[in-house]
Amino acid sequence: MRRPAPLVILRRDLLQEWRGRARLGATLAFGVTTLLLFSFGAGPDPDLLRAHAAGYLWLAIMLTSTLSLAESFRAEMQNQALDGVLLLPTDARAVYYGKLAANLVVLCGLGVAMLPFVVALYDVVPVLGFPRLVGILGLGCLGIAAPGTLYAALAARARGRDVLLPLLLFPLVVPALLAAVSATGLVIAGDPMDQLGGWTRLLAAFDAVYAALCGALFARVVEDG
Amino acid sequence: MRHRMHLVGALGALLLLTGSAWGLLGAPSERYMGNVQRIMYVHVPTAWIALVAFTAALACAVAWLWNTRWRSDHALEATVEVGTVLGALLLVQGSIWARPTWGVWWSWDPRLTSSAVMVLMFAGILALRGFVDDPRRRADLSAVATVIAYVNIPIVYFSVRWWNSLHQLQSSPQTVDATMVAPLRINAFGMLFLACWFAWMRMRAAESRHALEMEEEP
Repeated sequence: MRRPAPLVILRRDLLQEWRGRARLGATLAFGVTTLLLFSFGAGPDPDLLRAHAAGYLWLAIMLTSTLSLAESFRAEMQNQALDGVLLLPTDARAVYYGKLAANLVVLCGLGVAMLPFVVALYDVVPVLGFPRLVGILGLGCLGIAAPGTLYAALAARARGRDVLLPLLLFPLVVPALLAAVSATGLVIAGDPMDQLGGWTRLLAAFDAVYAALCGALFARVVEDG
Repeated sequence: MRHRMHLVGALGALLLLTGSAWGLLGAPSERYMGNVQRIMYVHVPTAWIALVAFTAALACAVAWLWNTRWRSDHALEATVEVGTVLGALLLVQGSIWARPTWGVWWSWDPRLTSSAVMVLMFAGILALRGFVDDPRRRADLSAVATVIAYVNIPIVYFSVRWWNSLHQLQSSPQTVDATMVAPLRINAFGMLFLACWFAWMRMRAAESRHALEMEEEP
């Protein structure tokens, strides 16, 4: 039985990431370095660091995402590999969802790997438990990866791709970032006013809108003519 | 056509001058904010016309994705640029108003933040156009980026209702005194005509550049 095209792309991208895992380790080290730098910026006050831990985590994930997203299309642009992928008997949308899934897995993995550092550096233990925190992490990472995958493809076809990707992506994901930081803060500090549901719904709606829209537009970005 | 568009520009400037003079000298001052409120006569039309320009940019982007006519791409470039300039002006005017009213130049009010995000997103599209040499690819990529960025605009518009905000709720002619509505409307039309003129001039520049690029293409 033939495997669905997005799964083939997902498997291939994850295999590629695994083979280049030294680079993935360096990306994680970059994320942890930013977590460390935030504490220098805010000062040594433990209460202040604890209060802003959710924001620092998401900023670290966002900064790290530009490296991992850009990398996901770097290999595709070498020797016109993407053109070869597009010749497969499937539509560009399947390629988008495959690459989105791979980017999501990588980004979630990086986010989860950063959690122990957040706990250690900022002295936070999520009141509502780690499973919820990981759930919010997944939704937030999808909010970055859905437009990020399309913008990475778009930036890869332009000059100045390193500056272009964050320039386009960061303003766009502000609503997702806002919702993810608020939801993560509530999971960490507790949710006495029952606000978590609202932020989670906003995040899920953002994810759904951009996953659908970017999937529909991906063909125009990667196909010539 | 050329003379007619220059006439539209001149009419826009005249209306804007008339509406602003009326707003500054003829309209009554607001009960709580006093004369500071008079910036509304340019601030609100700037916001409206910036949104109109971005909506026109969306229409151009969809038109390009639909029929790939170069005219749509040139109009897209023009409207995104006009919208971005108006959006930047909107933020500056907002800061000038916020300082005496709220005591700060900038507040992390959701509407202010969303407006800044909107301007940055469309400025990013202008940067994108500068980074792509192939005209066809430039048109495709900027049309896609415009459609995606436009989805953020409803968030800008409805953010006052979605989140608890410092910013004033939208007024309507029923809640604003008639003597204040007239200069506001005159300025809105003035700003619209001026924006149309700027967009038309910018579109002509885009057409000239495109003609040059086509000549240079082997």
